[in-house]
Amino acid sequence: MFIVIVGCGRVGSSLARTMLKDGHDVSCLDEDPEAHARLEIGMDKAWEDMGGQFTVGAALEVEALTAAGIEKADVFVASTDGDNTNIVISQIAKRRFNVPTVIARILDPLRAEWYDRQGVHTICPTRIAVEMLEGEVREAAKRAAGTAPKTGSADHEDDEV
Amino acid sequence: MGDASNMYVIVVGAGKVGWNIARELLEKGHEVTLIENDRERYQTVEQELEHNIQYGDASELWVLERAGVQRADMVIAVTGDDEDNMLICQVAREKYLVDRIIARVNNPRNLEHFELLGVRPVVSATDLIIRLIEHEVPEYGLVHLLDLPEQHLEIIEMNLPEGSPATGQRVGDLQLPEGTLLISVLRGSEGLIPNADTVLEPGDEILAVLDPKIEDEVTAYFAAPAHKPGE
Repeated sequence: MFIVIVGCGRVGSSLARTMLKDGHDVSCLDEDPEAHARLEIGMDKAWEDMGGQFTVGAALEVEALTAAGIEKADVFVASTDGDNTNIVISQIAKRRFNVPTVIARILDPLRAEWYDRQGVHTICPTRIAVEMLEGEVREAAKRAAGTAPKTGSADHEDDEV
Repeated sequence: MGDASNMYVIVVGAGKVGWNIARELLEKGHEVTLIENDRERYQTVEQELEHNIQYGDASELWVLERAGVQRADMVIAVTGDDEDNMLICQVAREKYLVDRIIARVNNPRNLEHFELLGVRPVVSATDLIIRLIEHEVPEYGLVHLLDLPEQHLEIIEMNLPEGSPATGQRVGDLQLPEGTLLISVLRGSEGLIPNADTVLEPGDEILAVLDPKIEDEVTAYFAAPAHKPGE
């Protein structure tokens, strides 16, 4: 499969490395040339020598997207640090280039939910983190309720005595 | 929904453009909420506009909702960020069913993205200035008087230069591409509606209606042959 990833930060670069190891063709686009170094973290060969592709360019520039290979992409991932950029380029990938699978990382849960219903497949790390935290805190509360004495009601009993 | 004399308008971006739009609309008696996401800028403008400005990032849905987007008659996005302007207008129209939206395009290269997301009309300062240049500088040769891209029509004005092969010809003999109609010829202070016997003269200003696709072909037809260097 040919995967185009726009935004080569911690998330994008990590996904790119994993997908390349899985045997897919991976092309990354980032406006910062230095982002290339992230693709080689923990790797013993250069990104290009492993078959990876890296393009420097702005996400909204059609020429840059084309250079990164969006026209041939089976999967398009929008993982820049800007929610709005990710939403716009996902819609470009879907509507203009007809990429079969388009996934956007959107930090704002409300926008992620709405655009997901509009047909842009969204991943919302904020919502996932909140759900995990809620789960952890609930677990902690249960453990506390099971082991520790109920200080509130004990005080109350003391008052009655 | 308000009528044209009393609308509720949300303006996003309190830069020079947004602030002045808000001011003008308030003077005309409309209800306005301006939204600005830079704290310092918000505080400056708030001294004048008071409760008519809110602080927040209007690309977040709750900020738009707090401003009352559900009952807005119009949303105008004029921030310095094209992605923000695009998405604020897209969400206003598609999620909150706002009838009228206007978006500012900062970088003309993004125009195609606005179109792709169905955000129109748009206002681009660069385009406006280019049009003014076309009007002010006759050597430029070609002026767009009206563009109707969806109807595949435009009206253009061309100067007929000295040496153009079309000069001295009867309109009826012109070999114009299919889909072009000469509407009028301005000659000196006179305007005439050409017929087949009208003979074109150098210096004529020709108004034509045509399909934008054949604009290059039509303008090339009326142009003077290019001078070869050294001749």
